Amino acid sequence: MAGQPNHDLVVQRPEGLYCPPGDFYIDPWRPVARAVITHAHSDHARPGHGHYLAAQRGEAVLRTRLGAIDLQTLPYGQRIVHNGVVLSLHPAGHVLGSAQVRLEHGGRVWVASGDYKVAPDATCDAFEPVPCDVFITESTFGLPIYRWCTDGEIFADINAWWGRNALAGRASVLACYSFGKAQRILSGVDPSIGPIIVHGAVEPLNQAYRMAGVELPQTTMVTGVRDKADLKRALVVCPPGAAASPWMRRFGDAGTAFASGWMQVRGMRRRGGWDRGFALSDHADWPGLMSAIAATGAQRIIVTHGSVPVMVRFLAEQGLRAEAFDTEYGGDAVEADAQAPAAP
Amino acid sequence: MKRFAALFAQLDATTSTNEKVAALQRYFEQAPARDAAWAVYFLAGGKPRQVVPTARLAVLACEMAGIAGWLFDECYQAVGDLAETIALVLPRGSDPTDVGLAEWVEERLLPLRGLSEAEIAVRVKSYWGELDTPGRFLLTKLVGGGFRVGVSKLLVQRALAAHAQVDAKRVAQRMMGYTDGKVMPSVERFQALIARPEEGTAPLQDEGQPYPFFLAHQLDAPPEVFASRLGPVGDWQVEWKYDGIRGQIVKRSGRVWIWSRGEELVTERFPEIVALAQALPDGTVLDGEIMVWTSSDGDEGGPAPFALLQQRIGRKTLTRKVLAQAPVTFVAYDLLEQQRQDIRSLPQRERRARLEGLLLGTGFKISPIETDSSWLEFARRREQSRERGVEGFMLKRLDAAYGTGRTKAEGLWWKWKIDPMTIDCVLIYAQAGHGRRASVYTDYTFAVWNRRPAGRQEADAAIEAMTAAGPPQGGRAVPEGGAAASAESAGATSSRREPPPAGALQLVAFAKAYSGLTDEEFRQVDAIIRATTIEKFGPVRSVKPSLVFELGFEGINRSGRHKSGIAVRFPRMLRIRFDKPLHEANCLQDLEALLKL
Repeated sequence: MAGQPNHDLVVQRPEGLYCPPGDFYIDPWRPVARAVITHAHSDHARPGHGHYLAAQRGEAVLRTRLGAIDLQTLPYGQRIVHNGVVLSLHPAGHVLGSAQVRLEHGGRVWVASGDYKVAPDATCDAFEPVPCDVFITESTFGLPIYRWCTDGEIFADINAWWGRNALAGRASVLACYSFGKAQRILSGVDPSIGPIIVHGAVEPLNQAYRMAGVELPQTTMVTGVRDKADLKRALVVCPPGAAASPWMRRFGDAGTAFASGWMQVRGMRRRGGWDRGFALSDHADWPGLMSAIAATGAQRIIVTHGSVPVMVRFLAEQGLRAEAFDTEYGGDAVEADAQAPAAP
Repeated sequence: MKRFAALFAQLDATTSTNEKVAALQRYFEQAPARDAAWAVYFLAGGKPRQVVPTARLAVLACEMAGIAGWLFDECYQAVGDLAETIALVLPRGSDPTDVGLAEWVEERLLPLRGLSEAEIAVRVKSYWGELDTPGRFLLTKLVGGGFRVGVSKLLVQRALAAHAQVDAKRVAQRMMGYTDGKVMPSVERFQALIARPEEGTAPLQDEGQPYPFFLAHQLDAPPEVFASRLGPVGDWQVEWKYDGIRGQIVKRSGRVWIWSRGEELVTERFPEIVALAQALPDGTVLDGEIMVWTSSDGDEGGPAPFALLQQRIGRKTLTRKVLAQAPVTFVAYDLLEQQRQDIRSLPQRERRARLEGLLLGTGFKISPIETDSSWLEFARRREQSRERGVEGFMLKRLDAAYGTGRTKAEGLWWKWKIDPMTIDCVLIYAQAGHGRRASVYTDYTFAVWNRRPAGRQEADAAIEAMTAAGPPQGGRAVPEGGAAASAESAGATSSRREPPPAGALQLVAFAKAYSGLTDEEFRQVDAIIRATTIEKFGPVRSVKPSLVFELGFEGINRSGRHKSGIAVRFPRMLRIRFDKPLHEANCLQDLEALLKL
């Protein structure tokens, strides 16, 4: 628990992370009057708040997920003042419209980064290092075993897997989180290999991405497939839940794979029963976390969801003041993700 | 190494045996014979002696990755596999090479043995630098002696047979002893495995080569359905199932070889059997059970508990005392070769007749044939198994040949084991599993009451006292380098901290088990463990007792090494007793009673 709540710009409350001078919450998990939302994943953007503030780039996806809400949007970098707190949003590189929240008050700067990744991603704005005094960081993949390959390497692997399956006359079912990961995969694969079929949970988000100007290849829902032979050489992008449901039967003897940072670990893939695992993540890997933290210049780091004790201990050993917030993001991430991979 | 790593990835990515065989076959077609020779060795279960201790490899990996030991331990807990953890924490390699498997093993890994620690450190780090993550994973497995892959020896034989168009049974026989580590795999040995037999040549019979063991299938059915499933009793040869070490005696060219089922040559361990076997005619191979047999004053005697045989195997030197205390004998039950002829294709009935004829008047025991009028009668007699020191019955079809491995194509053997002993016990510690069970709590420690609780209230009070003892003052008791902490030591810690008053009701740990539940059940129990954790000791959690399990085991013995004074054999979970309240779990007296059976 972070100390000195009287002076801190962000403290932990039962409803979520709270900014006392500004009197608003960041990604609260219980209904509140004013919420700043870092991104539209369901553990960060929940229904039921009075007023929402989020990045303009994420408006379409946020509305797709939460429907009619009282939403105010802000272009990246633009400053507003609320109760004396200067607030601005900066790209977090996690998914389309994801933002770090910069707060300035009484000469101090805090940044709450939500979820982020530092590697480039064609479907969202690149992570922007924001200098600050206190940096609130996630730690989903906060262990040195997590080091991602480049997108080029991973997509070469995915394309090769899809190509081999297509040649053998069977579908390639690639499970992934419907929002963010799915679109990143679509933008990275080689559409000349075969048709791309997406699950009904994925397509609305594709539309939202296209509306925001992100280029994605042509996709079809399974109901729109005219030639049954297409099923046998298609790439099928669906949420992991669908990959275990009767929906899958129409694809017959398909190759299955799961795209998630957790697939870095062989045991996770085998436990999930996937043929292949592609370690493709929307979160920063260990080197990414460390470089992001260093780039802020912050001397005080508050760690949320993931490998919290590990990161706190490691950062303390590096001479930083490291603390933890106990949040409801991500959940008991490793376990939850391996069973029913919900958040990427 | 790239080719072998690719094969490993393909084998790892499918559960279809046909696809595995196809991948193996493709590998054998493409790989140089020198590499293939080693691939067969590793795939068929060959384990070179550990070249560098795994703990040392972990230290080297920490140095190369620039991370602290505690951070490596955290990684290991998340991964559940040491070689994989090492492969993942190392920074990207800088000088990729593609050296073949044989060169890796013969010219790089094996020569590490005996080098100075400093030299080993330099070389291992430079080897890691040459490889990508999958290559490092395999290399570390090979150096650390922990290589395993999801193919059976049978599949490797099938693939070799298909590759070389040789009969799979012939390949199987040639492969006996291939992995025993006495002779290095080589191009010649590989080619001998797959050579096309010339007309009329007998299988390799001049090197003490044994035959692949024929393995029995487990019979799990009520005796009422035997008649319909197995046919009449008269079609079967029924013998007691012994609890010893399965072995083959090969007598050829005046010499004796004894092979264990693990394809290990164990001749020197059993001089008594060698002495007996010297009298056999050349060109004889017997199948049977190596047993400690205790007899007194000329009576027939009987099989001694397996523990005695186990102790004897553990001895490095066979002193006269050991030989006197634990004399072994060979209970023969099949004849595989007679007068230099492979007779495995003869029917069971015929082989048995020849076995009896051959061994008549020798010192060998022959496993007696039991007869009865019906399966139900046999079921009744099976109840005597424990007092006779056997595990149940073996059923062998009288008209069937002696098969290869666990196949049913040529013949059929059933093992009809007695039901395990069972006890209802309480889950008190849990540890995350390894491999595909990494970060799921699957390894459990179970306890029984030290005496029978007076009732629910007393049991609840005892559990409250345990739970309330809680963490000691000054923070949680997390030992440094927690990964090494075991449930045993965790138990020791908590009892040291809060000694219960004499005569108080308490739970006493007596067994660990990690198998028997479905994935779904493990998930359920995992969730309960997380919700009821009292303390974490490294990877071990103590939980507030709330679950009763029915634990099954094959045998029970006194043991000075266990806190409960009791050790059980092959413990596994039979079911979760959600219906059973804690105070109805068994107590130490119940285990004592089983000891007397």
